[in-house]
Amino acid sequence: MELRDIRALIALMRENGLIELEVEDKKGKVRLVRTPEAAPAAPRAVPSPSARAAAPAAKPPQLADGGAAVELGENQTLLRSPMVGTFYRAPAPDSPAFVQEGDMVQKGQALCIVEAMKMMNEIESEVAGRVVRILVENGQPVEYDQPLMVIETAV
Amino acid sequence: MFKKLLVANRGTIAVRIIRACRELGIATVAVYSTADKAAMHVRMADESVCIGPPAAQDSYLNIPAVVSAAVAYGADAVHPGYGFLSENGDFAEACHRSGLHFVGPRARHIRLMGDKPRALRIMKKAGVPVLPGSEGTGVTELREAQAQAKALGYPVLIKAAAGGGGKGMRVVRSAEQLTRLFPQARSESEAAFGSRKMYLEKYLERARHVEFQILADSRRNVIHLGERDCSIQRRHQKVLEESPCPVLTPRLRERMGKAAVRAAEVVGYSNVGTVEFLLTPDGEFYFIEMNTRIQVEHGVTEMVTGVDLVKESLLLAMGEPLRIKQRQVTLKGSAIECRIYAEDPDLHLPSPGVVSNHHSPGGLGVRVETALYDGYRVPVHYDPLVAKLIVHAENRDLAIARSKAALREYLIDGIKTNIPLHLKILEDPDFRAGQVATDFLTRFEPQPESSATVRAPRRQQARAS
Repeated sequence: MELRDIRALIALMRENGLIELEVEDKKGKVRLVRTPEAAPAAPRAVPSPSARAAAPAAKPPQLADGGAAVELGENQTLLRSPMVGTFYRAPAPDSPAFVQEGDMVQKGQALCIVEAMKMMNEIESEVAGRVVRILVENGQPVEYDQPLMVIETAV
Repeated sequence: MFKKLLVANRGTIAVRIIRACRELGIATVAVYSTADKAAMHVRMADESVCIGPPAAQDSYLNIPAVVSAAVAYGADAVHPGYGFLSENGDFAEACHRSGLHFVGPRARHIRLMGDKPRALRIMKKAGVPVLPGSEGTGVTELREAQAQAKALGYPVLIKAAAGGGGKGMRVVRSAEQLTRLFPQARSESEAAFGSRKMYLEKYLERARHVEFQILADSRRNVIHLGERDCSIQRRHQKVLEESPCPVLTPRLRERMGKAAVRAAEVVGYSNVGTVEFLLTPDGEFYFIEMNTRIQVEHGVTEMVTGVDLVKESLLLAMGEPLRIKQRQVTLKGSAIECRIYAEDPDLHLPSPGVVSNHHSPGGLGVRVETALYDGYRVPVHYDPLVAKLIVHAENRDLAIARSKAALREYLIDGIKTNIPLHLKILEDPDFRAGQVATDFLTRFEPQPESSATVRAPRRQQARAS
């Protein structure tokens, strides 16, 4: 089943007010479940096209940043949190932030801190480029793999 | 009253804890690895936090990840469930140091009972009967083991001093076997528990595994809630449990219950726990170890006593005094639990896959504890226990009949399960007569020689404790 077939099914469901649809043919089987309150969530930053469709939508994501889609442009990559903890913009409460939106950064440069059990872990950039967007607030709890910043790699 | 509790576990027990919290009005936070994004416990909790990649040591066993999730997401309590970090003293201590209430005993109880030889020494001193064995400081070298085994007399049981759950255990019937099996057991212990310390015990053939449920508050009030017979085991992993034990007389129950309470009192225990005994055919019993957590089979005791053990563990953790008096505890009827594993019933290898046509049985006295649902992909990374069927009836014969009917009704496509094995057990004449011992399941196994080839591939499977 192609991604465009699945998109067509999603449109069909929306047009006809369907909540659940299961389709099976010799190419595969797909089951789509729609939560009626909002538009279906945009595809995640790294979609994996496969015969199995989206997992059942049980409830809306609790943490807006952890669940919502992040639209990435060309040459843009995500800095993701390697651990669960609290996100901080600066090395200390009265220090200036590591980076601001628009700053150029190098590979290995510390961009922020995620604190876990009172241990401050500096999160380093995996690429050289420009900080396009900072996605979380200072002091906000973050999960494992949660997108923290959008970095545009230099041309 | 706890405002928000983080469930430091997954699967069936996480669902169980969330249900108890809902009844008490406590908000819940589920933690999950990336492999568990679609898990039932994640869907049921009020909030959920991804704490790591699939491997247990990077997620569910990762103390900083679990503790920082609790603190960052505003939990004031943590329930460890069973397995994973539930018997890790460092975890209990880390929770405490971070200002979180740990639902369980104190860290020192966990550490004390986790050091098996030390626990045995304390019990012996307290007058609780223990098996002849190396209650000393344990052995790490083959030579010491050989000397101890010779003094005890074969057969002996090698066990991991830091262990549990059957890992690092071997039955040894001769000096030649000891030479071969001692290093094996020791490596297994090192891999599972990070320790090469072992100890030896006299091995009792034809013994029953009978354990007593303990409840204790923080003011040293301790009661027992009767026993569970867990003799039906495969490679020291429980498969089927029941309460009451079919051969226990009221007098023996009283004596063993008193010993179990004494074991908990002697160490100033608090919250839930289980004291394990071996019971010989002539009614002698011996303390083997104490489990400082809620157990997989706790539901069996809940059915015969009417006590909600998970709720009690929460109330006790909140500082409530024990509300139940020993004389109020009675065992009504008979309860049987069948542990349903996602495994090939003949080869005993895990069977991951996508569940379809999931229909769990129901009716009077039929309880299913599971995190399965239609469309759920059973992951490869964790323990293959996927459901617990707990049946309660007025007497044992009825409980057996009800269990068989419920097992036949239980439909799970997409994965293999050991449901056929449970039906075999329930139809076995010795089981029906209540005549079982810890070697019961060997009758359904291929001969020892061929089971050696089954053992090798099994070792490659990663399993959480």
